[in-house]
Amino acid sequence: MRILPFIATSIVTVGLVSVLNIQLTIGKTQTPKLGYFLSPQHGFWKNAEKLGAGFDASIVAKDLKGNVDVYMDDRLVPHIYADNDEDAYFVQGYLHAKFRLWQMDFQTRVASGRLSEIAGADKLTIDRFFRRLGMVYGAEQTEKYINENNPVMKATVEAYTAGVNAYVKQLSPENIPFEYKLMNYQPEEWSPKKTYLFLMFMSYDLTGRAAAADLQLTNTRDFLGYDLFDKLFTNQQDSLDPIIPKGTAFAEATLHPMKPAGSDSAYLKKKTFTTEAQNTSPSPEAPDKNNGSNNWAVSGSKTKSGRPILCSDPHLGLNLPSLWYEVQITTPTHSTYGASFPGSPAVIIGFNDSLAWGVTNAGRDVLDYYDLKFKDSTQKEYWFNGSWQATSNRQEIIKVKDSADVVENIAMTHWGPAMFDAHYQNGQSMGRNLAVKWTGHNASTGVETFYKLNRAKNYDDYINAISLWKCPGQNFVFASKTGDIAIKQQGSFVARWDRQGDFIMPGIDSSYDWQGMIPNDENPMMKNPERGFVSSANQKSVDSTYPYYLGTASSFPLYRGISVNKRLAVMNQITPIDMQSLQTDNYNVFAEVARPALNKFTDLSMLSPDAQRMVNEMNRWDLNNNANSKGTTAFKIIWDSVEYAVWGDEIAGSKIPLTKPEAFVLVDQMNRDSNFSIADDIRTKDKIETLKDQVQLGIEKATKKLLALEKENKLAWASFKATSVNHLTKTPALSRLNLSIGGGVNIINATTENHGPRWRMVVHLTDEIEAYGLYPGGQSGNPGSPYYDTFIDSWAAGKYYRLLFLPKAKLITNERTKWRIQFKNA
Amino acid sequence: MKSNQSAIIKFLMATIVSALLAYAIGIYGNLPWWSFVISNFIIAIAIDQKPLKAFISGALGVGLLWLTLALMIDQQNGHLLSTKVANILPLKGSTSALIAITAFVGFILGGLSSLSGSYVRKAK
Repeated sequence: MRILPFIATSIVTVGLVSVLNIQLTIGKTQTPKLGYFLSPQHGFWKNAEKLGAGFDASIVAKDLKGNVDVYMDDRLVPHIYADNDEDAYFVQGYLHAKFRLWQMDFQTRVASGRLSEIAGADKLTIDRFFRRLGMVYGAEQTEKYINENNPVMKATVEAYTAGVNAYVKQLSPENIPFEYKLMNYQPEEWSPKKTYLFLMFMSYDLTGRAAAADLQLTNTRDFLGYDLFDKLFTNQQDSLDPIIPKGTAFAEATLHPMKPAGSDSAYLKKKTFTTEAQNTSPSPEAPDKNNGSNNWAVSGSKTKSGRPILCSDPHLGLNLPSLWYEVQITTPTHSTYGASFPGSPAVIIGFNDSLAWGVTNAGRDVLDYYDLKFKDSTQKEYWFNGSWQATSNRQEIIKVKDSADVVENIAMTHWGPAMFDAHYQNGQSMGRNLAVKWTGHNASTGVETFYKLNRAKNYDDYINAISLWKCPGQNFVFASKTGDIAIKQQGSFVARWDRQGDFIMPGIDSSYDWQGMIPNDENPMMKNPERGFVSSANQKSVDSTYPYYLGTASSFPLYRGISVNKRLAVMNQITPIDMQSLQTDNYNVFAEVARPALNKFTDLSMLSPDAQRMVNEMNRWDLNNNANSKGTTAFKIIWDSVEYAVWGDEIAGSKIPLTKPEAFVLVDQMNRDSNFSIADDIRTKDKIETLKDQVQLGIEKATKKLLALEKENKLAWASFKATSVNHLTKTPALSRLNLSIGGGVNIINATTENHGPRWRMVVHLTDEIEAYGLYPGGQSGNPGSPYYDTFIDSWAAGKYYRLLFLPKAKLITNERTKWRIQFKNA
Repeated sequence: MKSNQSAIIKFLMATIVSALLAYAIGIYGNLPWWSFVISNFIIAIAIDQKPLKAFISGALGVGLLWLTLALMIDQQNGHLLSTKVANILPLKGSTSALIAITAFVGFILGGLSSLSGSYVRKAK
């Protein structure tokens, strides 16, 4: 043996293996374990699927009661035919895992504050935020409630869980999804709690903006003083076209929420300047305020066929893998098709052989902060209703990769968890001790709503199914083969007095507490209206005659609803194709009112030649936010710039970021009168600026930006907007960037930079249902699959797929049916 | 001449056996990705070659195996995933570079482990 060379080469070999077997830190990112990652038999190469490979399979699962046949169509949509319901959900779980396992795992990790466990201390601020908000607490309440009270839902979620785990257990290490290899961690088993955590995340995504907005509005009010605040953040929307048409009479209210005595000074408050907060941790990005949606149904009186058509397109962050997964579930009790959530059993938005349903976000405020007074720094007692009350301590242990566990001690109060305290502050909490009260914390059988909708046969079943729905509040639209159409805003809504909960409320006694929840039958609803259609687009559901306060106007986008209703009102002899073009419509109804308002205050002769050219570009525009339109970009930049000129001075002096007033506030002001005192730049003492001055200034500033864009050849709307569908990790290489698509904020085709219609569905309720749909993604979550982003180009082009919804015998022989996966119990 | 021939046969055998064993062990996903380092080491002890030849046969065995596998997979996948990975790793989207690096990792570790094994034998 040649000792020295042996030792030397062995050391080099072992050393090299070791280096290739750990994650290296380059800059701020960690590489995968390179040797493992590159190994063709272990690493990412194993996730590169063979083009044209089939999906035929035969799977034995002892948890099944019977046999299940799954047929996959050419778009890789599974059509599940099961002998009983539980088996169907088992197979749905299995298929979700087979195609979307990493995504399911990642989304529930975000929801439960477990990102640090896989990504290290960098993610602690996000994890702490979700833990302290009570995400895990809420999921626990639901799990406990369902386990004790709802055997059918318990069995359903358990069957689904067993299906996910049947897949996870047979998964060999080299076949785990790509992202696990990239980020270097391992799959783990599913549990019912994870399903509830996922649903908590949807509650957060759709109602959690208040967790940021209430703080920002409080700080903005403190900075401006209530009187000015109330002007800039007015709740009066002149052009509102509510979900329930203006003038509809509402039933007598059974609750009469009363504003506490003295609240004008104690709650609304006079002007107090805020100071800079210390030692804050950044919060995750608040849910996008454009997390909205459109849905509508037209009755047979307005369609060519005489049968209703229902449309739904929920808008959420555009992501890969998509939030949605298409599926057909057929059992002896029901046959349903639609978009499901990987992470939850049943179809969420879809149709069955009797009816169709869709949802949009209600936008109602269901999350409030209460200011706490702790006795001392131990936070063991807090002042409430005239005495010191004990808190209970909730411990949340956050595991951190390559580091010690972090323990969050959260004081639980009458209101809910003390989210902000001496140990946790963010940039907007200003040193306060704040408890959060949120309907998301309450046990919820939301999953049962979808379970029942999947099986609903008629209007009564629909009302019965949605009556269970609590959080997040939704507008459920409905249409049936028998000709009924309806819409109902449903959720667990607080009976609020005016402005209750817009700001942080005093928490030292119960006078500011919620005085009751609005009974279900007082929620806004409408069935078979004279006008022949029902619709919603996240606008306020009702006018000011409704007896309860809905929440601040900034939660209710105004213009999409106007567009939808305007178009539906004049449409007749409607076909599904007409409905598709309405869902992808790019008309900018906001610009229709804002452009004349701008022109009213523009003196062309005072503008520079370049600015005149840009104003002309805007004025030549046909008001459609089409992909190649330059006028859209000119309008958008000029409008933003004018808004900044008008509001910028009022909010510029603050040391913390304040919210900007809604666009409608300025438009309504411009259209109302020209003596608008807020136009004056308060920073110039010797001069009083008029709206005209500000508009001119705004246009000149916008022109500079527009000229720069023109130089880069980015003046066309789609190039400027640069819509992307991002991978959940925001890795550009796994995302689809710079799609050529029009639309935008305030547009029915609500596609912004990274938000947009996630599941476009059009259902024509003919005897044999005629349905169309697609979502921007693909059925496979694997970046190495040809089915990863299959639908994105069609989606961007505004195309639709005809959905295959057939009984088993017909589906088997359909030319689009490609593969069969058999599930057997032995 | 004869010894030359047997040296060539030995070399080819060592190369082929190291590729075959590396592939066979690689099928078991539960074993670590670097298991071929052990098999190459043992092969280099069993098939006595000069260090340089041992290095080259071990390197070619695993390197060519990884090259072939990566090329085949990539071809069948229409470069879908390799293009993405070649953008995640700083390779400017070059799938050839990614395949080359993959092969090189197999080549260098295969070679080093065989080299190390060859020193276990006494010098000739």
